[in-house]
Amino acid sequence: MADPKTLQYTAEHEWVLVDGAVATVGITAYAAEKLGDIVFVDLPKAGSSVAEGKVVGEIESTKSVGELFAPVNGTVVEANDAVVASPELVNSDPFGEGWLIKVEYAELPALLSFDEYSKLTGE
Amino acid sequence: MSDRSSPLHQLHVDAGASFTDFAGWQMPVRYSSDLAEHHAVRTAAGIFDISHMAEILVSGPDAPAFLDYALAGKLSAIALGQAKYSLLLAESGGIIDDLVVYRRADDAFLVVANAGNRFPVVAALTERAGDFDVTIEDQSDDISLIAVQGPLSRGILEATAGITQLATPLDELKYYWSTDAKFGDLPLIIGRTGYTGEDGYELYVQADAAASLWEALISAGAPFGLVPAGLASRDTLRLEAGMPLYGHELNLDTFPVQAGLGRVVALSKEGDFVGRAAIEAGPPADARVLVGLRGEGKRAGRADYLIFDGDDEVGIITSGALSPTLGYPIAMAYVDVASSAAGTTLEIDVRGSRVAASVVPLPFYKKEENHG
Repeated sequence: MADPKTLQYTAEHEWVLVDGAVATVGITAYAAEKLGDIVFVDLPKAGSSVAEGKVVGEIESTKSVGELFAPVNGTVVEANDAVVASPELVNSDPFGEGWLIKVEYAELPALLSFDEYSKLTGE
Repeated sequence: MSDRSSPLHQLHVDAGASFTDFAGWQMPVRYSSDLAEHHAVRTAAGIFDISHMAEILVSGPDAPAFLDYALAGKLSAIALGQAKYSLLLAESGGIIDDLVVYRRADDAFLVVANAGNRFPVVAALTERAGDFDVTIEDQSDDISLIAVQGPLSRGILEATAGITQLATPLDELKYYWSTDAKFGDLPLIIGRTGYTGEDGYELYVQADAAASLWEALISAGAPFGLVPAGLASRDTLRLEAGMPLYGHELNLDTFPVQAGLGRVVALSKEGDFVGRAAIEAGPPADARVLVGLRGEGKRAGRADYLIFDGDDEVGIITSGALSPTLGYPIAMAYVDVASSAAGTTLEIDVRGSRVAASVVPLPFYKKEENHG
């Protein structure tokens, strides 16, 4: 799994791992913990375009529904089928096997650092 | 809103619980995994802190007659030690709360109310006492309630150090009966009651002994697979069991018959009771009724999602989740009578997209009947 300290974050509790022109996106351990056991994940298909701040997917626990917001403008190049088949990966490995989508982007918006995100969650 | 916490709060913190606000109380929502806690109750056992529930003692020579007047059921008919599910109705026929009543003596009953309705229930009982020779005593602050639920519950209680002097042995205690016992030298009430659809017990103990009882149960239960379970699993368990939750399936605007609780109202009992006239008149002709829905796929309809029959909006969900035991989405919903027959195919508006669901009988889940 990725080292949370090296990732960037959004205020909507997504993490972003930048590798060249592709951003890998997941939800943080904090968000997964708040949702409880994830039982259903709905992700955008590869090839679909996404817009920063817009809802592109859903993460449901037994108790509630979390929305996945696109952190960047771009095109989805891959959605994590393993998570769709086994939603519990989001709980067990949110920063690793529980990643959700990879987005090819042209320009990265301002994101939060690990320290800034930690301040936001108070953890 | 005041933030009350249970006498067991520190034990929950130490166990790694996450907390949620419930009726002004900070209560454990889960310890590690709500699904694991849910499955533990179905297959072994779970222990729940439900100290937020309200306990109200009604005593005095007129207590049986008073409860027959104040509540929907015929409480005078239950025997010493017996428990009964009942309703506190408004004059309008709506529901102020749903309750479990235990007969503690010929002239004494323990009324257990939902945490969020503690004060309305105490106020209604006090107001209804009028000329009855009864005393209404709110003991909620002095009594803690711990539930042990699941097929292995009996063995756990039998193995728990300090639980002694049961007036009725557990192997003779029937469903919806209770027995006096001791925990150490303190009084303990054990009811074979619960809110999970599984066999189990609810233990009433004085608040300052709750932590040691909890620890004794945890310690005895560990070899049985007992785990602490939070309110998230409690909610999915009761939903699978088709049990209503006040504020979701029940409220002041809902008649018991709409919720499938017509049998809880003892219209045959002698004398008047609060709500009788309205219940006899019945709800409006267009009143919706509670049904179970089984959804297709994995996306669960949730509280307040609308239900459609073709283009017509015919109902609304009051509770819903992807059932951990059954693996498909389930929901309880109020729908128009014309759309309420089992087998009817309806659609749930799940955040803008329609998901097919069929009306099914409640409960969704029923335990195997293998106990006395």
